[in-house]
Amino acid sequence: MKAFALFKKDWQSELRTRYAINALAMFILVTISVILFSIGQENISDHLTGGLLWVVIFFSAMSGLSRAFVSEEDKGTTLTLHLIAAPSTIFNGKLIFNVVLVYIMNIAITILFAFLFKSFVIQNFSIFLLAGLFGSFGIAVSSTIIAAIISKASAKGTLYPVLAFPILLPLILVLLELTKYAIDGKPLDSALVELAVLVCYDVIMLTASYLLFDFIWKD
Amino acid sequence: MTNYSFILQDLTKSFSRRLIFKNINAEFNSGSVYGLAGSNGSGKSTLAKIIAGLLSPTSGKVIHKFEDKEVPMEKLHDHLGFVSPYLVLYDEFTAEENLTHFLKIRGIEIDNEKIKTLLNDFSLYGRRNDLLKAYSSGMKQRMKFIFSLIHSPELLILDEPTSNLDIEGKDKVYEIIERESKNKLIVIASNEESDLALCKEIIYVEEYKK
Repeated sequence: MKAFALFKKDWQSELRTRYAINALAMFILVTISVILFSIGQENISDHLTGGLLWVVIFFSAMSGLSRAFVSEEDKGTTLTLHLIAAPSTIFNGKLIFNVVLVYIMNIAITILFAFLFKSFVIQNFSIFLLAGLFGSFGIAVSSTIIAAIISKASAKGTLYPVLAFPILLPLILVLLELTKYAIDGKPLDSALVELAVLVCYDVIMLTASYLLFDFIWKD
Repeated sequence: MTNYSFILQDLTKSFSRRLIFKNINAEFNSGSVYGLAGSNGSGKSTLAKIIAGLLSPTSGKVIHKFEDKEVPMEKLHDHLGFVSPYLVLYDEFTAEENLTHFLKIRGIEIDNEKIKTLLNDFSLYGRRNDLLKAYSSGMKQRMKFIFSLIHSPELLILDEPTSNLDIEGKDKVYEIIERESKNKLIVIASNEESDLALCKEIIYVEEYKK
């Protein structure tokens, strides 16, 4: 409940400042436009379109999701947060904010891809839905803890993608495989191992984040 | 009167090789005003932050007790009100929105009467619907006092409490310190003589540098 109150504070702040939403929207539009210009009249394969989808999602996440902690540090309100809530409440609140932002972002990117790329046709919707559901949650958890780590650093902008790449790489590789299955229309049974890997990744990242956050947050 | 106390045990802090203070031992009990004094850069704010759990000591520890039970550090924010020049509230919200968010995040039911009383006490009721970014530095300082008192904490740590305040604001702060000290533990970190005049006991941080 306290974490949800923190999320509501962040959401209201976001609606007033439009820091993350505007950055994300502009980044998505620019990246998709560049891809469209670069392929021109070429017909690209359906698998390549699936890969490009996750490339856009990864870099969009890098441009907007660090906001959760970086904006508090930039505004100087980190101390205020320390004084009103326990570390677990703060992490949960920021995580809810990033989860909501990632889901909105990924739905928007997928809809744009479906309209703009003829070769992006999902044959098995349930695999794609489950991959999106668990994958987006994994991206949100990893981005939140990395944002907490880099918020104290001086070169935040550079450090965020550098730290995020090795942490998100296993997740992106599994998501690419699952998207391929979904595009090929393979049955759900054939994707169970990859889906299990996704769930394990989410659980591991969530547990590690809770264990680490107290140390990151203090001092 | 609430029964709140904290003990400083062999408290030492250094940044890299620079010693700020060492081996501070002291006990603070509710119903009194204590002072942390010293010149600029002497370590008053560092000591205040360590007491508030915002900074870790290099060695030694701070033990907080409420009703004779030790307060875990992750629960300290429930008992603590903190005012300092480096505390920043949310500029994109109005005074009332700031207070409402703080209460909700703390899990405390919103008491509109208390919000109104505190805003009136600090002469901000008429500006309660203005964004904080439109406030002057003195008004923001008054707002920090409301932030520190809204959840009725047992411990108040006031780092340079009268900075940016006019005479009327200073008088109000002294009046509130007098009133709250009857049932709270108040610590003032300052080098203003008028602030320290309210204190029963004063720790001179510079004495702990040797």
